[in-house]
Amino acid sequence: MDSNLRREIILDNYQNPFHKQIKDDYLKVNTNNESCIDNIDIYFSFEGDVLKDITFNGEACAISTSATSILLRNVIGKTRKEISDILLNYDNMINEKEYDKDLLKELNVYDEIYLQPNRKNCALLPANAIRKALEQTK
Amino acid sequence: MNRDDFKILKNDFIFFDNCATTLKPNIVVDETVKYYTEYTSNAHRGDYDNSIKVDTLYEETRTKVRKLINAENDSEIVFTSGATEALNLVVFGFMKYNLKKGDEVFLTKAEHASNVIPWLELANEKGIKIKYIPLDKDHKLDYDKLVKMVSSKTKVISIAHVTNTIGDIRPIEKIGKLCKENNIYFVVDGAQSVPHFRVDVLKNNIDFLAFSAHKMLGPTGVGVLYGKYNLLNEMRPIIFGGGMNNIFESTGEVEYKSVPTRFEAGTPNIAGVIGLNRAIDYINSIGYDAIQSQEKELRKYLIDNLKSIDNIILYNENSDTGIVLFNLKDIFPQDTSVYLNTYHICVRAGNHCAKILKDELGIKNTCRISIYFYNTKEEIDVLIEALKKSKNIFEVVI
Repeated sequence: MDSNLRREIILDNYQNPFHKQIKDDYLKVNTNNESCIDNIDIYFSFEGDVLKDITFNGEACAISTSATSILLRNVIGKTRKEISDILLNYDNMINEKEYDKDLLKELNVYDEIYLQPNRKNCALLPANAIRKALEQTK
Repeated sequence: MNRDDFKILKNDFIFFDNCATTLKPNIVVDETVKYYTEYTSNAHRGDYDNSIKVDTLYEETRTKVRKLINAENDSEIVFTSGATEALNLVVFGFMKYNLKKGDEVFLTKAEHASNVIPWLELANEKGIKIKYIPLDKDHKLDYDKLVKMVSSKTKVISIAHVTNTIGDIRPIEKIGKLCKENNIYFVVDGAQSVPHFRVDVLKNNIDFLAFSAHKMLGPTGVGVLYGKYNLLNEMRPIIFGGGMNNIFESTGEVEYKSVPTRFEAGTPNIAGVIGLNRAIDYINSIGYDAIQSQEKELRKYLIDNLKSIDNIILYNENSDTGIVLFNLKDIFPQDTSVYLNTYHICVRAGNHCAKILKDELGIKNTCRISIYFYNTKEEIDVLIEALKKSKNIFEVVI
């Protein structure tokens, strides 16, 4: 991906994030990262098997915030199975393994984050929280 | 001071994270290596030459620490793994047995986790009450308000001499006097003061003083607890094992050694203590006066130059030491520290282990620059230049 386009997408999601709002009646999962100071809460509303709505709030770096925004946009309205697939492929991409590029859409902007190993956790932060929510609501 | 005294300073980075740890001069590194390559031995155990040498150096360190902080005798110096263990020893070895339900302990919201969490644990266990001394508009300890808070229930004041965030120097001489007049135990976290200026435990009526070797040019894993002898004599060990007992029997009979040995169970961090010995030599050779004058000059230069940057927010402009908290407007501090890292500048982003300071500052996370005497104006120039160019920060960090 062209580096200017990559930066533009990340920056846009950092500065104008998708669904940044507190939802008190939703399931809340905190992403508190043990290795850094990012601190994001993600709010989930499932309807049966489908993630009907998802929002977030908190303070974090550009990578974490934008990754949360893009990931939320990708998983909203999807089934648990579809979400699990996205998370698995996203993890694989971040960790330099085989993955389905088409499935990840804009998340492909992080396909070179492995070049900055200390930022991998930032990118994975929201994915870990969504996985936690899936487990909690099984 | 000569920057050649620090081999590490020949590397291509600028170290502005001296609150977290300091760089080590060659004499500290060399002596530590010598312990491992020339005279390895356990302490207090053997009759052979190397063991005697180790014992001598180990106990000599105690004497040097005692002189450095003007304690009355060597037995008042306990070696620990760091300031954290030292404070835990005070809380769980002494205060646990000397405080009762309803007794009040005064802290501030600018304290490091190591001077808050042990007290919170003890409060849960014993029902003691934690109160926070108010901070003024510059987030410095408000002495007048402290005086008004003191009552017959006040049993402990436990504060940092210099906080690792705001960097204000607390008026410990006045507070020590207040403690003495009101029979209050005075516990001081000296982790950010002992490395930078003379701390006199007698003059300031300090009952317990905790600090770490690695923040004063020494190795990691070693710290000091100073305690007045009669208090240490009452204190119970919190770690038990070899080296700290006189006798133990299968019947359960145990007798512990005298102060301070009873608090140093197990094989101590010998290389670390010997490294601290040399770190104190180095500090003495430079002199606290020279350290202070260099740090003051650097701080003024740093603050003056930081103020010339238009998108900077300074949180402790009117503070007293080489600790500066800042943010770039609308930039998350971690992005700033990652950006500065591309210029090989080491600063810290976060809450700096002072997680309740957010109640006072109104912001959770900041970038922290903390200087030591080996930093230079040229290094500050590089930092300022990098911050001035930070309009392109996202082109660099993304």
